[in-house]
Amino acid sequence: MILGIPPQALFGQLLIGLINGSFYAMLSLGLSVIFGLLNIINFTHGAQYMMGAFVAYFLLQGVGLGYWWALLLAPIAVGILGVIMERVMLRRLYSLDHLYGLLLTFGLGLIIQGLFRNRFGSSGLPYAIPSQLTGGRNLGFMVLPNYRAWVIVFSLAICLATWFVIERTKLGSYLRAATENPALVQAFGVNVPRMITLTYGFGVALAAVAGVLAAPIYQVNPLMGADLIIVVFAVVVIGGMGSIMGSIVTGFGLGLIEGLTKVFYPEASNTVIFVIMALVLLVKPAGLFGRAQ
Amino acid sequence: MAGARELAEPDLPAAAAGPARHQAVVFALMVAAFVVAPFVVYPVFLMKALCFALFACAFNLLIGYGGLLSFGHAAYLGSAGYISAHAAKVWGWPPELAIVAGTLGAAGLGLVIGALAIRRQGIYFAMITLALAQMLYFFCLQAPFTGGEDGIQAVPRGMLFGVIDLRNTLPMYFTVLAIFLAGFLLVYRTIHSPFGQVLKAIRENEPRALSLGYGADHYKLIAFVLSAALSGLAGGTKAIVFQLASLTDVHWSMSGEVVLMTLLGGLGTVFGPVVGAVIVIGLETYLAQLGAWVTVVQGAIFVICVLAFRRGVVGELARFLKKPL
Repeated sequence: MILGIPPQALFGQLLIGLINGSFYAMLSLGLSVIFGLLNIINFTHGAQYMMGAFVAYFLLQGVGLGYWWALLLAPIAVGILGVIMERVMLRRLYSLDHLYGLLLTFGLGLIIQGLFRNRFGSSGLPYAIPSQLTGGRNLGFMVLPNYRAWVIVFSLAICLATWFVIERTKLGSYLRAATENPALVQAFGVNVPRMITLTYGFGVALAAVAGVLAAPIYQVNPLMGADLIIVVFAVVVIGGMGSIMGSIVTGFGLGLIEGLTKVFYPEASNTVIFVIMALVLLVKPAGLFGRAQ
Repeated sequence: MAGARELAEPDLPAAAAGPARHQAVVFALMVAAFVVAPFVVYPVFLMKALCFALFACAFNLLIGYGGLLSFGHAAYLGSAGYISAHAAKVWGWPPELAIVAGTLGAAGLGLVIGALAIRRQGIYFAMITLALAQMLYFFCLQAPFTGGEDGIQAVPRGMLFGVIDLRNTLPMYFTVLAIFLAGFLLVYRTIHSPFGQVLKAIRENEPRALSLGYGADHYKLIAFVLSAALSGLAGGTKAIVFQLASLTDVHWSMSGEVVLMTLLGGLGTVFGPVVGAVIVIGLETYLAQLGAWVTVVQGAIFVICVLAFRRGVVGELARFLKKPL
């Protein structure tokens, strides 16, 4: 017994917390990257996460391509859709107040979720865990399902790779420079509009990856991203959108805290992240890793 | 904030303090239409439209004149609905007191959420209000007195001031109309008062307003609480009219709906929210049997409004007539 809680229950919830945390981290990372360059809060993010899971489902049902193909193809497909969205619609809004971007992406999210709900209803569609990752291993204090371990390791790897590209490579330095001063970077001969398009596509692709990872855990559901995205917004406010590593740390950390709350005070598990957000706003309005504007 | 001006102002000189004559004419036409309407149109639909029109006017006070996009206004509508329904049903309060209780409850909630949210600006403000409203949603889902998924049903309408029986449709309708008009005039008075002018100044250029000695946070918070209270007035009235308080009214999709009404009618116009609310409620009533298509239509209206129709119905009309409406 640890603090009056059976260790299986404690570690079980911590594991669920880490899983949720990996989705928070990947989604808030995508939002941060998009916000950095486009100054738009992508409200469609939840719908794009859902579309990632659905692409995996379609690939399996329609073409017979399994999980590993989905992990590769879903982000590409959803990313391309994102690129089209940026080119056709978002691009027109850059000269306007940022709030219009929020309203447009909110509307697009409603359309996408409504269309999927018309076609597939509100109940979840099952998606099997890939055969290589079924089963689990006994760690002595708990049984760790292989697929969940994979989700944590893979999403951590994706997050760290994103951090490395943005903070440590030449491409990333262009990106950071364009975030600071797009006009100057363009004057140096970098094609900033194309960079913006690709950045949006990349952020959206991250959401789709998270969707594919989530498909075997939560089932594939047209509304799977609708409530999640609001929690992710709170995560983003807590972390502050200034720092890539900040998004990753905040995402995983809040997932863990949520898991712990489920053990010690389950009634508050839905709201704990929002309460933390309120506290952070009181103490450090710019967010834990954010810069004051 | 670059381009903040583009958010709300329909390219017109805002009416200086004091009501313009043509606005008084339009107001008289609106009142006349709403007085005649229940004899022509289904009154229950009209009462719903009036509640949402008041809700949208309250919301427009923040976005249209303060430049603050709250994405969690369902919190005030819904919580006031619960408070009014609970007061009328469980405590047996008369309808006027129940609605006042709901309004005050929403104002208190607005004070807390507003004080937190105005610590950040722009997009963060929207995300914070959305997140805090979602927290309230989970609270209402779990709290014992809200009735969870069922909500509070069979709320008695009661006797207004002990003499007017609200169980009859027409007295109920004219009560709702009176409440709506009072709220509408309060919003009108607010935006044309010195307070409203300062609010607009803060929207246009917050640092300059600060340098002139106006405590921006103070003004924003008062506007926020006022908007929350009027949303609560709409929510409390709605709960009495429909004898129901439910989770629908605290859900984020309701927050989105009020944004849609205001955007479609015209951000920062006096009559826009009313027009937007009537159109959106009308659409929903006619499309109700289409299920999830309603969401698709709403989303499409959002996209069209943002891309091509940013002034909204009334904003475009005002531009055509070259007069602020």
